[in-house]
Amino acid sequence: MATVALAGVTKRFGDVVAVDDLTLEAGDDDFLVLLGPSGCGKSTALRMVAGLEEPTSGRITIGGRTVNGVEPKARDVAMVFQSYALYPHKTVLDNIAFPLKARGVPKAERNEQAASVAAQLGLGELLTRRPGQLSGGQRQRVALARAIVRRPQVFLMDEPLSNLDAKMRTQTRAELVELHERLATTFIYVTHDQVEAMTMGSRVAILDQGALQQVGPPQEVYDRPANLFVARFIGSPPMNTLPATVEHLNGTAALRVGAGGRVALPEVLGNAAERGHGADVVVGVRPEHLRPVPPSATVANGDGIRATVRVVESLGHERHLLCEVEGAGAVIARVDAEAPVPHAGEPVLLGAEPRHVHIFDGATGGRLGP
Amino acid sequence: MVGPDEGDVAVAVSPRREWPLALLMLAPSIAVFVVFVFYPLGRTVWLGLYEVDPFGNRYWAGLGQYAEVLSSPAFRGSLWTTVVFTLITVPAGLVAGLALAVLAHRRLRGIAVFRTLFASTVATSVAVASLMWLTMLNPSTGVVNQVLKALGQDPINFLGHPSWALPAVALATVWLHLGFTFIVMSAGLQSVPDELLESARIDGAGPWMRFWHVTVPMLSPTILFALVVLTISAFQSFGQIDLLTQGGPLGHTNVVVYSVFRNVSSNPGVASVQALALFVIVLGLTLVQFRYLERRVFYGS
Amino acid sequence: MAAELVDPRALPPPPSGAHPVRIAGRYGLLVVAAVVVAFPIYVAVAVSIQPSDRLLRFPAVLIPGDLRLDTFERAFTQARLGRYLVNSAVVSLVITAGQLVTSILAAYAFAYLRFPAKRVLFVAFIATLMVPSEVTIVANYETVQRLGWLDSYQGLTVPFLATAFGTFLLRQSFLQVPRDLRDAAALDGYGHWGFLAGVAVPLARPMIAALGVFSFLLSWNQYLWPLLITNDDAYRTVQIGLKALASTNIDQLNVIMAGTVIAALPIFALLVLFQRQLIRGLTSGAVKG
Ligand SMILES: Nc1ncnc2c1ncn2[C@@H]1O[C@H](COP(=O)(O)OP(=O)(O)OP(=O)(O)O)[C@@H](O)[C@H]1O
Ligand SMILES: [Mg+2]
Repeated sequence: MATVALAGVTKRFGDVVAVDDLTLEAGDDDFLVLLGPSGCGKSTALRMVAGLEEPTSGRITIGGRTVNGVEPKARDVAMVFQSYALYPHKTVLDNIAFPLKARGVPKAERNEQAASVAAQLGLGELLTRRPGQLSGGQRQRVALARAIVRRPQVFLMDEPLSNLDAKMRTQTRAELVELHERLATTFIYVTHDQVEAMTMGSRVAILDQGALQQVGPPQEVYDRPANLFVARFIGSPPMNTLPATVEHLNGTAALRVGAGGRVALPEVLGNAAERGHGADVVVGVRPEHLRPVPPSATVANGDGIRATVRVVESLGHERHLLCEVEGAGAVIARVDAEAPVPHAGEPVLLGAEPRHVHIFDGATGGRLGP
Repeated sequence: MVGPDEGDVAVAVSPRREWPLALLMLAPSIAVFVVFVFYPLGRTVWLGLYEVDPFGNRYWAGLGQYAEVLSSPAFRGSLWTTVVFTLITVPAGLVAGLALAVLAHRRLRGIAVFRTLFASTVATSVAVASLMWLTMLNPSTGVVNQVLKALGQDPINFLGHPSWALPAVALATVWLHLGFTFIVMSAGLQSVPDELLESARIDGAGPWMRFWHVTVPMLSPTILFALVVLTISAFQSFGQIDLLTQGGPLGHTNVVVYSVFRNVSSNPGVASVQALALFVIVLGLTLVQFRYLERRVFYGS
Repeated sequence: MAAELVDPRALPPPPSGAHPVRIAGRYGLLVVAAVVVAFPIYVAVAVSIQPSDRLLRFPAVLIPGDLRLDTFERAFTQARLGRYLVNSAVVSLVITAGQLVTSILAAYAFAYLRFPAKRVLFVAFIATLMVPSEVTIVANYETVQRLGWLDSYQGLTVPFLATAFGTFLLRQSFLQVPRDLRDAAALDGYGHWGFLAGVAVPLARPMIAALGVFSFLLSWNQYLWPLLITNDDAYRTVQIGLKALASTNIDQLNVIMAGTVIAALPIFALLVLFQRQLIRGLTSGAVKG
């Protein structure tokens, strides 16, 4: 149990800035997930906490102690690697006991502890096997057991589930959450899978190109993405985003979305409304919040944007309407399987509850409005 | 969070210093290489500049000694002998090794016995092999001459005959290296994918065509490797000469290394120049090998 | 890597429906080839176990009769074959152990450590491969003479205690150890020595074994250098001892062959016991590992 804090941490590999001025904290008992696309610097950040890489600049503290320059073994952290990094020539028991051996724990004692952790993880039968004789899921547990046996202050995990099949992954996700509750220890968990981040994290930190984009509880990050990158990265299918311009007419502000028409959104426009006439913004609406209004219904101008249905995809439990807004781009609307939907090629009016509309700055991508 | 008193400035971190450990780990190898490879190489160049008289006195001879030794008929003769020796042993060795490997490349009952026999000469040292051939080629009791006698021919003193000596030594050398060549070629053959040969079969290629158009091209890196190794070792041949002919008769088997050996203590200057000539030749051959190995590594990754 | 010399499973089966005559033909060729290749060894053994007077009786000499093993005894008494064998064993074991230690250490440094001038040193190691020992014998003879190491174990072993070939071979093996394992060991609390002994060396064991067998073979079979620096019987290796045996018993081919057979036996045993390692050592570089 210890707070891990990164303060202004930057890591360069030659010209590549892998981590850019990262300030982030994982408190006691936090399950902090570092989420981001491939190459965004998640692993590098984690490895700096572990002491496997030294930051180019900035400070890292664990439990209030600055650990820059401290050997990995002296940081009291354990790490589960994506490849599991099991010693192929050692048995399961010896793999799990290896960290204890390094700490000079007598053989009988370390074997006892290793066996007990193995038993907790359902590895009791496999103690004499070597990693090569285990399934992927079993190997993953051995890696976990090797981390647990040390009772470290901090657990670091770098995509530990990515080599498992879908079913094992779902199962192990739940087990890791339970484990976190049982151990009540700081977890820092790296993944590029947003489902893992949403389901497991107590907080999610989203990185892009080495820089922190947003950090917060999963639901908050989902509901109020801090910028366009986060908005588009989280959610599946991703949030629809369309370029729009601010229009001031007769003293009220509205948005023009391509040839799709104008929408007046006084509640959400917020400080976007203060932008001058013609300012560029981006409107975002999640697919499940986009409602097709039947063309037959009569609606007042400004309640939706006009689009054309291109494709209707049925997923069984729901349908996706792929629509085109002329002059602005493509959007997806998720609708119930039972709801009546227009056919491909038909025009459609798309509307959304004002509280579900997000507005971003056209130039910086930062969130505007509440 | 970081406390205000700790400030927020970048903490410069010196990477953990690993060079002292590296130095410790490399020191034994470096010491051996410096004392027994690099220093002697330089020393050899220097020794080549001095002449030593029969009483062991050293005189400055300068580069003149290099010119003198390299242009001397004795050195040219031994270089020529070495080249001829190489031209006999290398192609013969390659063909024999490849033939054995191809012949034994079939899953037949008892094939393990044949393969072990073909590889067996790797276990014979140059001294062992040379003495075996010394016995075989003995003018009176040797089996080869007894066969000749049985066939009504006059016995031949192979190792004492000016035109037979070099081929005889070459024969012993080919035999000595046969196990190595067989093993290398066999390993190469086993790495030729069976599918390739099978698809050639389906395309209607007969055994001969498959051999020339599939096996040999696929095996070319292996053959090249064996070629370079055998060539370099031919240039370094010494033991078989020392045991079978002592460079004779009349210098007909006096290869470069043997000539170096004979001059080491009596005339180190001359020996040095000869050794350096050998070095240049082997260096050229080794560079060829490295270029090829580099390409292998490239393909491999 | 085809480290398997005699495992028939590594070979393609005869084509289905191959004509029995073709198979018989191949057997015929195999037998002829085997006889030709093994003939010198057969003759050596046959000669070594027969009395001198039978050696002139051809072809009876090829079908050994009147077996005598006193030739072996005489090989041990007429030359100090026992001493030569001990010398060879000492020298080969020292060289093998020394090469393993120096090349494991150097390979580890090249594979895992960061230090200045790494490239330059690496190139220097490569360079040693281009200098055959025949080239440096003149100066090395002088060095060893000055050190007073003529006729000594130091002289026979110290110049060979490092090997660039072995260093590359092991470095390659070390580089194949996943980087995550090094990182995991660092987190588990192991420094470089602990990782070297606990992980890197055990994982590279097949290559280390191959290098060991290969080094032993090469040092056992050395000829030029021991010949050059030993005059004293007490320090001759068996290869040089064979020369002495042959020159003092020139008319006793059976005794010479007995000595030859004895000198060859350890390496034959090595071939049988460590066939896999030996082949890996011999073919590394030839076939992608
Ligand atoms: N040792 C290194 N040397 C040079 N560049 C590196 C090194 N390690 C990482 N990088 C670079 O730093 C950037 C971040 O890498 P990192 O491994 O942290 O990404 P990641 O977010 O973990 O990606 P992934 O999801 O693919 O694992 C990448 O551009 C990568 O190429
Ligand atoms: Mg990563």
